[in-house]
Amino acid sequence: MLDFLQHLDRRWIFFLMFIAVAVPLIMGTTFPEVPSDQVMAVFDAVDNLPDGSNVVMALDYDPASQGELQPMASAFARHCAIKKHNIYFMTLWPQGISMIQNSIGILQDEYPETYKGKYGTKYVNLGFRAGNEGVIKLVVEDLKKSYSTDIHGTNLDNIPLTKNLKNIQQVDLLCNVSAGYPGSQEWVLYGSSPFDIPTVVGCTGVQAPIMLPYIPDQLTGMLAAIKGAAEYEQAIINAYPELENNPNAKEGLVRMGPQLVAHLLLISLIFLGNVIYFWERKQGLHQ
Amino acid sequence: MKRTIPLLISAITGFVLIGTAFIPLFVDWGNIAMSWFNLLAAFAFILGGGNLLKMQLQKISAQQPGWGYAAVTLIAFFITLFVGLAKVGVHPNVKFPEFAWSGDYLQEDGVFWWLFEYIFTPLSATMFALLAFYISSAAFRAFRAKNTEATILLIIAVIILLGRTYASVWLTGWFPDEFIIGESGIKYSDFNLQNLSEIIMEDFTTPGMRAIKIGIALGVASTSLKVLLGVDRSYLGSDQEA
Repeated sequence: MLDFLQHLDRRWIFFLMFIAVAVPLIMGTTFPEVPSDQVMAVFDAVDNLPDGSNVVMALDYDPASQGELQPMASAFARHCAIKKHNIYFMTLWPQGISMIQNSIGILQDEYPETYKGKYGTKYVNLGFRAGNEGVIKLVVEDLKKSYSTDIHGTNLDNIPLTKNLKNIQQVDLLCNVSAGYPGSQEWVLYGSSPFDIPTVVGCTGVQAPIMLPYIPDQLTGMLAAIKGAAEYEQAIINAYPELENNPNAKEGLVRMGPQLVAHLLLISLIFLGNVIYFWERKQGLHQ
Repeated sequence: MKRTIPLLISAITGFVLIGTAFIPLFVDWGNIAMSWFNLLAAFAFILGGGNLLKMQLQKISAQQPGWGYAAVTLIAFFITLFVGLAKVGVHPNVKFPEFAWSGDYLQEDGVFWWLFEYIFTPLSATMFALLAFYISSAAFRAFRAKNTEATILLIIAVIILLGRTYASVWLTGWFPDEFIIGESGIKYSDFNLQNLSEIIMEDFTTPGMRAIKIGIALGVASTSLKVLLGVDRSYLGSDQEA
């Protein structure tokens, strides 16, 4: 048996991982989540704002990270929509424009009474600007120096939501979903921290340790990876039970099933690998 | 002269941007400098495109191994560029129906949108998802408790892996909410896997990252000063090039 494992073809491991992810995903298995304090800080930051507050939603990710980040971007959009907030979408990633479209789709399809046909009065899409942190530095000081028009080429002075907006220091909350550079860290360093703009972020698991030092002073809260998204979805469902029947509001919760089985498989593989290692050491194969 | 002017531009821009944090008068100048920076960043996309063309054409003309992939890259690049610029399949904007090109290039059902949605998105997601397979294979072959440090790392990895899933509730959710010794403040439930993973992240990872970040910030500050004062000129290229 140990001989077989010692020379195990890696394609078997790939096959096991495929099964570990595919089966729970197909079955749609979900598990109850208890929102952590950090997730509740994010929830409260959005929920405690008066209805109709101004929120900037900066979606800095691409399709490669969509699997991990789309659930939290969707949850942010849904939560803001429930609170009827005015939303300013923008991105520092060229591919982020399509990610914004997904969130706008949620606003229009699930909350048509608030957002359908309300472009410019309830939400606005500023689109992409090149310049990474340079764009952040400008939008926090003088929005129109960086964005003179929205994504459709309409002058910001002709859009009700942006007409009187000098910079994003005037908004009530900054929500950022990010997959790397430029993203959450740059928003904190150049945007929220110098000007005390309340900020919450959602980021990949790899970024989470980088963002942790900014909590709670420079950053109100953080959703870390799919676990953070699932807990945030649960927090929203707990507060607004009507979402219980909306399968789209449980994207993150559904993805915790594959995560559980994949993590258990990983631990089993690490354990097996170490059994083989110590067996080989006993046989004198390792110095 | 070729080096002096770029040095002056860097120094003046850098010091103006530092000044924005302390001198209100500098804020407007800093904004102008950032506008220029953003314009240059936009032009960098054109440079990037040109560089991509140059590299791939070199590979094809030299028939280097894998030149076929370079050809595929170029074909995909030109098709996407053409489809986006020519707005193929895009309907005119309802406000300007007489202008065929007035529609948004990202319009749903347009060819550019189709390429993004059905080719770029699944390919990007697939490439990223491959990580799971390689990580599992690497975990099996390389994650060994060879020494004390590796063993500690392994134990922490297992706690985090379990603590971030519902397995933590199955395995340790039943730990009673009672004090271990008298009123010591430490409960059995503090040792469930979810709590342990949070303790690791908040009490070990966060201070460690803070220390690293402070070190990085000090390094960045000193390197930046060297660049602004013209001590470090490596970003301008070698002396021969100048």
